Amino acid sequence: MNTIYILWLRQLKRYLRSRARIVGSIGQPLLFLVALGFGLGPVFQKAGQGNYLEFLSPGVIAMGILFTAIFSGIEIIWDRQFGFLKETLVAPVSRLEIMIGRTLGGATVALLQGLIVFLITIPLGFHPKLSTLPIALMFMILIALFFTALGTAIASPLKDLQGFQLIMNFVIMPTFFLSGALFPIDGLPQVLKIPLMINPLAYGIDGMRGALVGQAHFGMGFDFLILGIVTVVILGIGSYLFSKIQI
Amino acid sequence: MIIQVQNLTKKFDDFVAVNSISFNVEQGRIFAFLGPNGAGKTTTIKMLTTLLKPTSGKIILNGYDPIKDADGARHSFGIVFQDPSLDDELTAYENMEFHGVLYGLPKKIRRERIEQLLNIVELLDRKKELVRNFSGGMKRRLEIARGLLHHPKILFLDEPTLGLDPQTRNHIWSHIKDLNQKEGVTVFFTTHYMEEADRVAGQIAIIDQGKIIIQGTSAELKAKTNKSSLEDAFIELTGHAIRHEEVSSADRMRMHRRMWRR
Repeated sequence: MNTIYILWLRQLKRYLRSRARIVGSIGQPLLFLVALGFGLGPVFQKAGQGNYLEFLSPGVIAMGILFTAIFSGIEIIWDRQFGFLKETLVAPVSRLEIMIGRTLGGATVALLQGLIVFLITIPLGFHPKLSTLPIALMFMILIALFFTALGTAIASPLKDLQGFQLIMNFVIMPTFFLSGALFPIDGLPQVLKIPLMINPLAYGIDGMRGALVGQAHFGMGFDFLILGIVTVVILGIGSYLFSKIQI
Repeated sequence: MIIQVQNLTKKFDDFVAVNSISFNVEQGRIFAFLGPNGAGKTTTIKMLTTLLKPTSGKIILNGYDPIKDADGARHSFGIVFQDPSLDDELTAYENMEFHGVLYGLPKKIRRERIEQLLNIVELLDRKKELVRNFSGGMKRRLEIARGLLHHPKILFLDEPTLGLDPQTRNHIWSHIKDLNQKEGVTVFFTTHYMEEADRVAGQIAIIDQGKIIIQGTSAELKAKTNKSSLEDAFIELTGHAIRHEEVSSADRMRMHRRMWRR
């Protein structure tokens, strides 16, 4: 238990100390909100889809969580390069405890990031439903856990940062753009619908949108079921890959 | 015998890094494990400290088998790695605290020992500073203090004084010798500074190309080679050719990838 706590605390301390990282990771969501929210808003309205900012905000909050969570998971590569990983691996604690502590730490940091973006959306004109806020929070936590564990799973077999750009282009970006964060799922062509259906983030965003705006395409119960299952699965895969790390 | 190694072998694909080595270290000894670059020193330490699985052979560490009972073995040793392994974003105190919690030290003992050890390595007044701002020597001292926090029976030091000035080196060695004498900590270390090994080691083994070529006291090694210094004896035994740096598994992967791309 103490092991999990100290690993969690480490992630949190590192996050709170790197102000540049906090400020830097707000920039992108802010840009999306302003440029897309206000830029595409009138077109969206004309098409009879209602207020675009209300639609977009849950997606951009999820984006804040997605980026921070994957980076937190990938931090293992840094720890490996700067040697700190060895310190945890020779300690008399199980790999599973280390993995749990790291994942909870990374997910907490990602959730904080999501909450910061959430706070930014409100002065820009987002009016979330407050009665179902706890449900939205639950979806945010699941997104944070899933993508931290995914980052860990991807980073565990990597020895250096060379594969980083690949992860950025082939994992993070498609996950975000093909998640329904930016556009409604109704009436999409099959080329978009299929990748979207297999994208866990799509269910997270759909659930958040259901809770915050009252427009869920799949239904919140179904979103929760899918996201819950894939989170458990990826936690298992991440733990397995992490347990196989050799220095 | 606190460390027993029998026919220990490690192969990476077809490359034999450590080739069936055997040696014993008596409790309370200072044991120097010497060899040119790429001889297999670090690979051996990684196997002794549970970081790498041997291809074959047997290890007993303080009565535990690091392959079957990694936790028992891990409680028995402290290690100072060749490369830094501190968290730069944490303070000196937090690095120590992290280690103490991982090794299950109760809060009160942990706090006492951290203060005491930071005092010994003369970092107590800078305990609240981020490690990022420390010099190389200060980081090294902090790592040694950290390695001792859980009162290990065996202390592994992989080139502990690499890149340090003579003042800091002397300082660090006097702490280590002190610990060895007062607490009976067995010390297993590697170094390229032969005069260091000559001065502090009670027992020496020289490894070259994955095989142990000689073992004994410094005096015995000098007598066998008919040389007056350990450095001359070392060169006599291992030859004059310059060796390549030991290739890590990561480097090898990188080389493979590069070849494959072409």
